[in-house]
Amino acid sequence: MTAESWQIVWFTAWISGLSTLAILPFGLPLAWLLARRDWRGKTLVETLVTLPLVLPPIATGLILLELLGRRGAVGGWAHRNFGWDFVFTWRAVLIALAVMAFPLFVRTARVAFEEIDPRLEQIARTLGATPAGVFLTITLPLAARGILAGMTLAFARALGEFGATIMVAGNIPGRTSTISLAIFQSVQMGEEDRAWPLLAASVVLAFAAVFTGETLLRRSRPRFRKAAR
Amino acid sequence: MRLELRDIHLPLPEFDLRIDTALEIGCTGLSGPSGAGKTTLLDLIAGLRRAPSARIVCGDRALTDTARNWQVPVHRRRIGYVPQDLALFPHLDVRCNLAFGYRADTAPAALQFDHVAEVLEIASLLDRPVATLSGGQKQRVALGRALLTAPDLLLLDEPLSSLDRPLRERLIPHLRRVRDEFRLPMLFVSHDAEELAALCDEVLTMERGRLREA
Repeated sequence: MTAESWQIVWFTAWISGLSTLAILPFGLPLAWLLARRDWRGKTLVETLVTLPLVLPPIATGLILLELLGRRGAVGGWAHRNFGWDFVFTWRAVLIALAVMAFPLFVRTARVAFEEIDPRLEQIARTLGATPAGVFLTITLPLAARGILAGMTLAFARALGEFGATIMVAGNIPGRTSTISLAIFQSVQMGEEDRAWPLLAASVVLAFAAVFTGETLLRRSRPRFRKAAR
Repeated sequence: MRLELRDIHLPLPEFDLRIDTALEIGCTGLSGPSGAGKTTLLDLIAGLRRAPSARIVCGDRALTDTARNWQVPVHRRRIGYVPQDLALFPHLDVRCNLAFGYRADTAPAALQFDHVAEVLEIASLLDRPVATLSGGQKQRVALGRALLTAPDLLLLDEPLSSLDRPLRERLIPHLRRVRDEFRLPMLFVSHDAEELAALCDEVLTMERGRLREA
């Protein structure tokens, strides 16, 4: 594999991982709110969050392009205040991957929260735990398997993302080119030889992601914790 | 201990829960047909459920007073609650379940960890995951977990109903020991007259949301 291919594989792996982590601070609270609270506009938010799953990825990419461009609502604000540019940078890749993987994570984590018997959380309160304490000691550990499964799905989704990414980040070698984009480009230009190693790398990455996820899930199945009193 | 349940009014699907009384709680039984509102009353006392109108005073602490818009948060009520389904934490072993609300530095001498585990005969189970316990063992762990928070009042919701009769009879002495050893005021829900007679010094009856002294 060439140095250029290595760079693409490495970039795809870390940007996918980073996008999965970036989802957590938004996705976890949202999944919990959807599972455990009734609020106005809940159905609307649910629908909005699910949109990237059902819209053509290229359409989601176009929406992101409009929002993140220097004249867009988000992009303009970030440019004026922080001097950040998104479009055709790694930041655009990160956002595109996170947005596309977000619904998969939120839906999985939400089910995990819904499956917890609310009585466990209530009784934990009577035992003296604050609401935040209950979340950390009861809710989160009991939902851990589902959260982990959601992260695996999100990471896998990010690895294979194509449409939204090419729209908002382009396919700039050495900067925004991911495995999917590079494979497409190689084949387009009749350079299949370049595509094979990337194909192999994507199989290895996908396998590693799912395998790691499954292993962690298996290990967390007997949920016993030994702790000092 | 004096427990005041004043101006309680909570509309339920089938009837309204209405209670206005003051009780002297020692080891007090609460019986009545299922669906009479017994668990709802316990939930109100523990603060897990709210009524449009209620004033609940436990000893000298006002826990709920809707007229003054006052609610002590659930975790500061010092009400021990053993629910019917026990609600043991499945991801923690026996020791961690027991220690969940335990503070060694503030616990009274009678309610030290080792002592409670001893009295309930669960000291040998501490490292076991709760899923591997028998019904009677789970029962005692749930009881111990509530006791170890050193509550002002202990609410027991049909703690023996899920067990078969021989096991029940073996657990009654445990409950009696808890009553005598720790001297905690207990409100004990059951619809088994024998159980209530074996344990309680007074029995109240609840029917369609009303409380009566039997």
